Amino acid sequence: MNHPSRAHLNPALLRGLTRARRTGPGLPALPGLSRRRTLQAGGAAAAALALSACGVGGQQRDPEADADYWADKEETGSLRWANWPLYMDPERTQLAQFKESTGTDVEYHEDVQEAASFFGQIQPKLANGDDIGYDLMTLPNGFEFSKLVELGYVVQLDHARLPNFAEHAGEVYKNSAYDPGNKYSVPYTSGITGIAYNADYVDREITSIADLWDTAFEGKVGMFADPQEIANFGLLLNGVDPADSTREDWEAAAEKLREQRESGVVRAYYDQDFIQPLTNGDLWLTMAWSGDIYQQNAEEGTNLKFVIPEEGATLWTDNLLIPFTSRAPVDAIKLMDFLYDPEIATGLTEYISYIPPVPNAQEVMAEWADAEDDGERAEALRELAESNLVFPEESDYQRLHNYVALETDQQDEFSSIFQAITQS
Amino acid sequence: MRNRTTTPYVLVLPAWIWLALFFVVPIGGMLSLSLTTGNVVTGFQQTFEVGNYVTAVSTYWEQILRSLFYGACATLLCIAVGYPMAYWIAFRAGPHKSTYLLLILLPFFVSFVLRTISWRFLLADNGVVLGSLKSVGLVPADLQLLNSAPAVVMGLAYNFLPFMVLPIYAVLERMDPRLVEAAHDLYAGRFQAFVRVILPVSLPGVFAGVLMTFIPTSADYVNASVLGGTHNTMIGNVIQTQYLVNNNYPIAASITFVLMGLLLAGIFSYARALGTERVMEVHT
Repeated sequence: MNHPSRAHLNPALLRGLTRARRTGPGLPALPGLSRRRTLQAGGAAAAALALSACGVGGQQRDPEADADYWADKEETGSLRWANWPLYMDPERTQLAQFKESTGTDVEYHEDVQEAASFFGQIQPKLANGDDIGYDLMTLPNGFEFSKLVELGYVVQLDHARLPNFAEHAGEVYKNSAYDPGNKYSVPYTSGITGIAYNADYVDREITSIADLWDTAFEGKVGMFADPQEIANFGLLLNGVDPADSTREDWEAAAEKLREQRESGVVRAYYDQDFIQPLTNGDLWLTMAWSGDIYQQNAEEGTNLKFVIPEEGATLWTDNLLIPFTSRAPVDAIKLMDFLYDPEIATGLTEYISYIPPVPNAQEVMAEWADAEDDGERAEALRELAESNLVFPEESDYQRLHNYVALETDQQDEFSSIFQAITQS
Repeated sequence: MRNRTTTPYVLVLPAWIWLALFFVVPIGGMLSLSLTTGNVVTGFQQTFEVGNYVTAVSTYWEQILRSLFYGACATLLCIAVGYPMAYWIAFRAGPHKSTYLLLILLPFFVSFVLRTISWRFLLADNGVVLGSLKSVGLVPADLQLLNSAPAVVMGLAYNFLPFMVLPIYAVLERMDPRLVEAAHDLYAGRFQAFVRVILPVSLPGVFAGVLMTFIPTSADYVNASVLGGTHNTMIGNVIQTQYLVNNNYPIAASITFVLMGLLLAGIFSYARALGTERVMEVHT
């Protein structure tokens, strides 16, 4: 099965052009820019500007105002979407398909570089009730997500308008801890935070989080700097489910992580640039995101392994949200639902290579692979369809945990406990 | 007559407006922000909470001291590397002075962040520098340079070197060569002439260079985040995290003022120790 609009497009080539960039034969590859690996600096500057302009208001909106939010909303024929870079192919195939099927134009902006700075940018406008320039946005589950919900800045979804979601979304994606019942959001794509290791250097099988504490790997272990990410691993090591953790658990986890740091096993705390050191041997094993490892192996032929450790790992999700200032909420929710069409989800996944919230996409992808004449693309599709980094098995999901969802006060407490580890 | 007295004020007006708008106003806002309490959800209320400063210093004194230390090391490194460069260009480069100056400025044509990231390739465990040294057995095979304090300090010194070289060069270049001739006439050897004539004359350049390297290196956050490891966090990284990740604007603002106060105090005592008149003196 091949869509006419995508026939001329070789996704493997596209990935090669846009993702990992090799500077030339024999030269070290510059860090590829994937969705989770863009540099923070640009976002920092943008947020600093936004900040100086924003003043510091923070009015909470009454969520009850949403009771009949959808009653008087009508289709407008166009909408503006803020997404992350490299989160849809450059041809915007799915948007063209959306236009074809509904007639709605989508203005697509790759404006979300980092959740925190994006939040800093939209928060002052939302506090004033002003248009933020987007009718739909993609944000990870995490502190900014909770803040938006807590502030009442995102619209409660009308599930009567989401039939595809009801039919095709995986169970895991309908029962998240951060947004039970998908009141405010539906997932766009997901990924696993687990352990990756370079089999050229590590000569044993890595199976557990405890391996990250093994002093045999002195100075060769990478950990994430993000408070939630690193906390999760400390908690899982202690046998605590992050989603149910309490303050005592956080402190115990922090103690473990402090021991790890003081033992000299940790090389550094990474934001998103862990792939390159892992490839060149500066890191032997590290906390890692599944999709990045998949892409790196597919494009560079590296021998990186990704494991879901026996203590468990975490599943993070980038979600679609509608700000309450949206000028085209009906169009936005239509697009949300459109992305849950298995054919559309499959096309997206072929480019992104993270986990789609639509399990059926696996079947569709295998069908596409069988029907494809171009050998290279067929091979790429088959690899994706068979990868359990992209389509985790039920048994994998059993070991994947949600992040803890916290209110703002607790977030500050939580962050300061774990930033004391990473910002030493 | 009236015109003549007001003209300078009119001319300086744009500078005043510029500074008022882009320096005084934001810094006033920040000062007020540093005394508030609250969070981004409830909003920040002005409570004149001096405790923010206590929290800032008691929580982050280690990172503050480390930043000043790294900044000082990087500045000394800049002097050690930059002074001979400036000296050589001023006195020995002959007709090619501007070429060498351009070469010194050349790295500025590449983004600061990219320049720093490229150091990762240089300093990687099996990279250009360590890889070759290790293959000939000059350094132990498990030596790591990337993600350590020396890497951060070297990165800082590298990134800010031109700010040291240029002011020293500017002073040396304008120096009257007859001063050195006079020293030789008075039986000073080359060393004596340097220590007693050239060095004192060049001090204002060194002073300016120190200002222009020590202040930004102490407040830098890029080098520590790209080249640092555990226990290398600088105060700039903390400020960035407090602002952008935690949205804890009051603490971020108070750390900023603590750092500013310390840097100002340091610079003033440095100027005093060196003798302000001598340093600020204009040589023609």
